[in-house]
Amino acid sequence: MAKNMDRRIIGNFVENGVDFITSVPCKQLAGVIEVLDQTQEIKHVPSNKEDEGMGLCAGAYMGGMRPAIMMQNTALGVVVNTLATLIQFYQIPLPMLISYRGEVGEPVACQVEMALHTKAILNQMHIPTYHFHRPEDADELPGILNHTQMCRKPVAILTDASFWRAAT
Amino acid sequence: MIRHDILKSLIPVISDQLVVCNIGAPSQELFSLDDQPSNFYMLGTMGLSSSIGFGIALAQDKPVIAIDGDGSILTNMATLSTIANNPHDNFILLIIDNGSYGSTGDQPTYAGAKTSLAAVASACGCENVIEVCAEDTAGAVRSALEAGQMTVIVSKCESGNVKVPVIGMNPITIRERFMAEVAK
Repeated sequence: MAKNMDRRIIGNFVENGVDFITSVPCKQLAGVIEVLDQTQEIKHVPSNKEDEGMGLCAGAYMGGMRPAIMMQNTALGVVVNTLATLIQFYQIPLPMLISYRGEVGEPVACQVEMALHTKAILNQMHIPTYHFHRPEDADELPGILNHTQMCRKPVAILTDASFWRAAT
Repeated sequence: MIRHDILKSLIPVISDQLVVCNIGAPSQELFSLDDQPSNFYMLGTMGLSSSIGFGIALAQDKPVIAIDGDGSILTNMATLSTIANNPHDNFILLIIDNGSYGSTGDQPTYAGAKTSLAAVASACGCENVIEVCAEDTAGAVRSALEAGQMTVIVSKCESGNVKVPVIGMNPITIRERFMAEVAK
């Protein structure tokens, strides 16, 4: 069941002009994806794997759309090459709304393993990274989306379990 | 016929079309045969020519031809299901299937053995899938453009490359001049 926060996030994407989103689902993103599917302003094409999704985003951008991707942090283990050789090399703006699994409140021990690498990978790749831990952190989202377009980079928005638990 | 022969035969058909070309030898060969601002050359990222091409096709109405290889399709095979389930009639996927990883020393791929990429594409739900011999490829692409139907063409050819230089063009230049062609 979608929350106000899910509607607010999608609303911010629409206001920013994002009109194409690809996703690989995560439990924490289920509400956002539900709202996305009810949002006519954004074309949603789910992908099978996040590197494929970034290929779709690169194409959509070159075709004149404004793309974004929704994925889980574990996918950073999949997309390092695509981020470096496609999104960064060709300077394609790409907001990445990331479910940050493996933080406090996580029930699945294995998720902690990739959580430990998440910020290290993003730092290593010089990807601007924002971490939503409390609901009020989402106030920054419109600014982050503008910033992404301005600098033409992939930008990570990490949303953890505390954020989603406290969000209404 | 090898890939280079197919690309040469394609020039009159694709020269003024939006083309996304696969990493390595295919892009280098196309660049040396007929560089056009409407060509998007992949300088990296194996496997994504099909996904990038499909992304361009879903974003705008002009025809888009993604030139991919059998090795690259095997890398990103699941994208055939994305393409099949979200069909766009301005998209043509041309898989040049020489049964080998051409850019890395012509090592054999599974597509050159038991695996049929045409059967995979059909099983993924793609509706217009044709397998042609190298000689018939240019005609098949021309027919697909005229039909205005999303089409997957698997072109079977021999393994081999032609010695051409690496593309030295700046990636931002490649993207910006391509996007100017899209916007025309």
